[in-house]
Amino acid sequence: MSTTAKGQILDFIRGRYPQAEIDESQDIFALGFVNSLFAMELVMFVEKTFEVTIPNEELRIDNFRTADAMSGLVSRLAPDLAVA
Amino acid sequence: MTLTGTVPATAAGTGPVTDRRSARAFVDTHVVPYADAYDRSGRVPEELLRRVAEAGLWAPFLPPDSGGAGMDMVTLGEIHEEVGRGCSSLRSLLTVHTMVSWTVQRWGTPEQRERWTAALGRGDTLGAFCLSEPGAGSDAAGITTTATPTGAGWVINGVKKWTTGGQRADVFLVFARTPTSIGAFLVPKDTPGVEVLPIDDMLGTRASMLAEISFTDVALGPDALLGPSGFTAGMVLTGTLDLGRYSVAAGSLGILQACLEASASYAARREVGGRPLAELPLIQAKLSDMVTDARAARLLVAQAGRLKDAGESATIMATWVAKYFASTAAARHASEAVQIHGANGCAPGSPVARFYRDAKVMEIIEGSNEVQRITIAGQAERETTR
Ligand SMILES: Cc1cc2nc3c(=O)[nH]c(=O)nc-3n(C[C@H](O)[C@H](O)[C@H](O)COP(=O)(O)OP(=O)(O)OC[C@H]3O[C@@H](n4cnc5c(N)ncnc54)[C@H](O)[C@@H]3O)c2cc1C
Repeated sequence: MSTTAKGQILDFIRGRYPQAEIDESQDIFALGFVNSLFAMELVMFVEKTFEVTIPNEELRIDNFRTADAMSGLVSRLAPDLAVA
Repeated sequence: MTLTGTVPATAAGTGPVTDRRSARAFVDTHVVPYADAYDRSGRVPEELLRRVAEAGLWAPFLPPDSGGAGMDMVTLGEIHEEVGRGCSSLRSLLTVHTMVSWTVQRWGTPEQRERWTAALGRGDTLGAFCLSEPGAGSDAAGITTTATPTGAGWVINGVKKWTTGGQRADVFLVFARTPTSIGAFLVPKDTPGVEVLPIDDMLGTRASMLAEISFTDVALGPDALLGPSGFTAGMVLTGTLDLGRYSVAAGSLGILQACLEASASYAARREVGGRPLAELPLIQAKLSDMVTDARAARLLVAQAGRLKDAGESATIMATWVAKYFASTAAARHASEAVQIHGANGCAPGSPVARFYRDAKVMEIIEGSNEVQRITIAGQAERETTR
């Protein structure tokens, strides 16, 4: 299990879609499996795991395209968190 | 709790409803004796809607400063079960109001929350949920209602159908196609261009005051849009439906519990060939299955509620599973409850006949049986394919 934000996010995505081979810079939307249910789960996962509230204006596709982008979002919202 | 799951009610049935016990008292006093009359008249009367408001039942999960009581989701589920035990039409009205109130609270800007939540929490403003259309039900992506951005806000055009509470609601949460996605819009009923056409005489939840609602060049300000636009707009719908599904799961369990209580009581009283029905093995088999399924459904609903309270994303699938199990169990056992009651179960004003009709609706709304199965199987497939 990863301890970095990026790693935890990747673990979550891989856990839900084990057949998808994704890395931290891969555009998950381009893989075609992101539906609104998964988007909701992803946002809930990020909010719960990193104890942040994502404001509406941050709910932009570019913040969720890749694990890199999501961990960037987390570090903006929770600067104290050790995100590598 | 007893074997049939009965919780003793508190005596009065008055005062605020804060937990299962006070909900049971409220429902036994104000709902159960009249539910068949509501079903026949096709309306939940204003007096009951007012009592629901006085009991603080419309949106108790809202924070106290927004007209709620900060209630947790497990307790909310228990209360919706109790209401569903008494009257699925009232529970349906609560469900859609819950969906609207939660969505405003979750996605609204401070200004939108300021404008709507207190009135929704108090039940001064009642909400309804408009997704389905004459041409699109299960396939939500197929909706054709449009929201067109204008310099000054939005213009909505389209027709929504099967809107629970649509005859009575003050504000509609309307899902419409925007140029980029599907957005959620708050539309006050009195906005010019909104027309409400009652749909009466449904098979079940007959008192839930359904309507078809048409929107013709309905002009709204920029603050009508709830939540983000763009890709995550779909999440607003997912979250709204998730909560609706949770409430329907709890309400279905309520129907099942009502079937169990009615059947156990009837089987003890009714004699055939000098023996009470309750002594006949075939009837005992039906009752034991009701007891078991009611308990299983209650655990699934509570699990989904606990995951909601913990903010765990696993609540979404847990809620699908709870709703699938509870709605199908309610339909199955409502049929058996009518069977146990024989002709009396088919008679005018028979509560089990009402449960039977209402339970069928639960297999269709908030994701039909088929859609539930497709979603649950999809999850199983994803989790096991490596
Ligand atoms: C009493 C009542 C209250 C309602 N209240 C509301 C409300 O408040 N707001 C609102 O927006 N809507 C409401 N609805 C509408 C409800 O959400 C829809 O009826 C439901 O989504 C199903 O859509 P449909 O009726 O158009 O059926 P369809 O989508 O036309 O489906 C017909 C049948 O085909 C099945 N089916 C669909 N897709 C598939 C598939 N891929 N594979 C296999 N089978 C499939 C369905 O399960 C169903 O059995 C209400 C409906 C009822 C009956």
